[in-house]
Amino acid sequence: MNTQKLVGVGVFLIAVFGIVPWLISVTGRWDFYYTLTSVALLSIASAGVWLTFYIGRINIGQGAYALAGGYVSAILTTQAGFSFWATLPLAGLFCAGLSILIGLPILRLRGVYFAMVTLVLTEVGRLAALALPVTNGAKGITSIPLPGELSIFGLTLIPDFATLENPKLAFYLVAAFLMVICYAALYRIVNSRLGHLCRSLQQNEELSASIGVNTAYLRVLAYSISSFFGGIAGAMFVAISQSIYPSSFQVTDSVNFMLNCFLGGLGYVFGPMLGTLMLYFGWDLLFTAGRFQLLIYSSLLIILMLFLPNGVLSLFERKGGRK
Amino acid sequence: MTPILQVKGVTKRFGGLTANNDISFDVAEREILSVIGPNGAGKSTLFKLIASFLRTTSGEVLLKGRRISNLAPHKVARLGVVRTFQETTIFRSMTVRENIIVAHHLRSKASLLGFFLGTKQARSDEAEFGASADEIIDFLGMGAIRDEFASNLPQGHLRALGMAIGLATNPTVLLLDEPFAGMNHDETMRMVANVRRLRDERGVTVLLVEHDMPAVMKISDRIVVINFGEKIAEGTPAEIQANEKVIEAYLGSEDAAIGM
Ligand SMILES: Nc1ncnc2c1ncn2[C@@H]1O[C@H](COP(=O)(O)OP(=O)(O)O)[C@@H](O)[C@H]1O
Ligand SMILES: [Mg+2]
Repeated sequence: MNTQKLVGVGVFLIAVFGIVPWLISVTGRWDFYYTLTSVALLSIASAGVWLTFYIGRINIGQGAYALAGGYVSAILTTQAGFSFWATLPLAGLFCAGLSILIGLPILRLRGVYFAMVTLVLTEVGRLAALALPVTNGAKGITSIPLPGELSIFGLTLIPDFATLENPKLAFYLVAAFLMVICYAALYRIVNSRLGHLCRSLQQNEELSASIGVNTAYLRVLAYSISSFFGGIAGAMFVAISQSIYPSSFQVTDSVNFMLNCFLGGLGYVFGPMLGTLMLYFGWDLLFTAGRFQLLIYSSLLIILMLFLPNGVLSLFERKGGRK
Repeated sequence: MTPILQVKGVTKRFGGLTANNDISFDVAEREILSVIGPNGAGKSTLFKLIASFLRTTSGEVLLKGRRISNLAPHKVARLGVVRTFQETTIFRSMTVRENIIVAHHLRSKASLLGFFLGTKQARSDEAEFGASADEIIDFLGMGAIRDEFASNLPQGHLRALGMAIGLATNPTVLLLDEPFAGMNHDETMRMVANVRRLRDERGVTVLLVEHDMPAVMKISDRIVVINFGEKIAEGTPAEIQANEKVIEAYLGSEDAAIGM
């Protein structure tokens, strides 16, 4: 990492953890915490989708893993007495495991076939949540307790959310922290050998195999990391809303995760984060347009993709460069 | 001398079409062997079978006595049998150097997790790959296009890059499918010299499919001729040029006359 990048990261961290909370306390717009927390979590799920794009697969199934992760956390906290903080990684791991089982057969598909199957996956997730006894059908799981205290060796890292004066701020900080960790991991993946191999897979699977890459293994690995991101994002969401229903994550969410990646730029690690922010705020800003909201929104998206096929971040790209 | 590679009675059918019919031949270590034949004769299919990109219908391929047919392609590559493609295949959106570096995958000692964490082993691997890539670039005389994106390269350079990618895997047997296609005379002669040096300096056994007959005659120790999926001749360049069946096969097709 060069100095320019380090400065960029520093500014970003100060903005997220310092300036935003300060601005919100000055302006009194506490509702923004919920919005920004959502953006942070949605951008984690989108980061996962982005990684599947990176191996050359269009993933419209992230909603299924967000839903699964949410249910894992909800069930473990309400029925098995787990601390929320333990369920967070467990939700991620559960989704990673599930995605290995699902990915093994479907990752052989390419292009529109893979995309279609993943799209169906989201719907299967919703139907499973409706049908399974453990998920409590359409009534969902409600009154999920707020996250408790997280301490290691008697040292309190995170206080019990129920005792906090301002849990909104706490949720925002946790979500932003998770987002930073996930994007740091993604950045590392992309800039290490794993990322180079993923790119080789995206550009030419056959050649990749002929230079000795175990392409099947690599695809499943990338997909399971992607689903891990989806799972923890879902679990965190559930902790905030304290409830989950089969409709908590649907096909539209899956499609939005994918759009976030397109919008921000598939060639940029931070593309999905920017895409999520723009899409989320764009939708809200258009609220005043009333019944034309969806029409204007969709038209703008189409125009953006036509004129900036490599995403918004490509605007800042120097000629011939990358990332 | 025991052969390094043995092709034993290999047959491949695509539905009703028999692309390879009971083909057998041996390849000696450090040999340069060319497979020639008219278009559609089944040469590329044979290479795909050897590198295990296709499953044989019957017959088998042995590397140093060990059966390699029908293993996963990346496993065969791991054992040292690596193929370049007839259709130019490179990683388009990477530079020449990045293409070659990524192809060093088989040589990594660190695990993917190690690379993620940036362990000492991973860093020394990366440094080694970079140095080795530069060496290959110099070996093939590609220094001027080191940082060029592969998608910007002309056909001749793409072929050279294909070979560089093959080389990066450190193969014991390298299969080159039409390595001189799209090259002018000078480029071809340079590549012929490079293939020779590959064998002489690095001890690589080379199998190649090529239509450029002067180049084939110049470079090959031995030649195997295939027509309609069957092996019709095998021998030294001089023997092949004098072979009745071969002349007949070539006269009967649109391919240029055999010989120099
Ligand atoms: N995957 C495939 N499916 C069906 N037929 C194939 C396939 N690959 C090659 N063939 C057929 O096998 C024959 C030999 O092809 P190929 O090995 O590419 O010939 P060559 O490389 O000698 O020009 C051709 O008739 C070709 O159409
Ligand atoms: Mg061919």
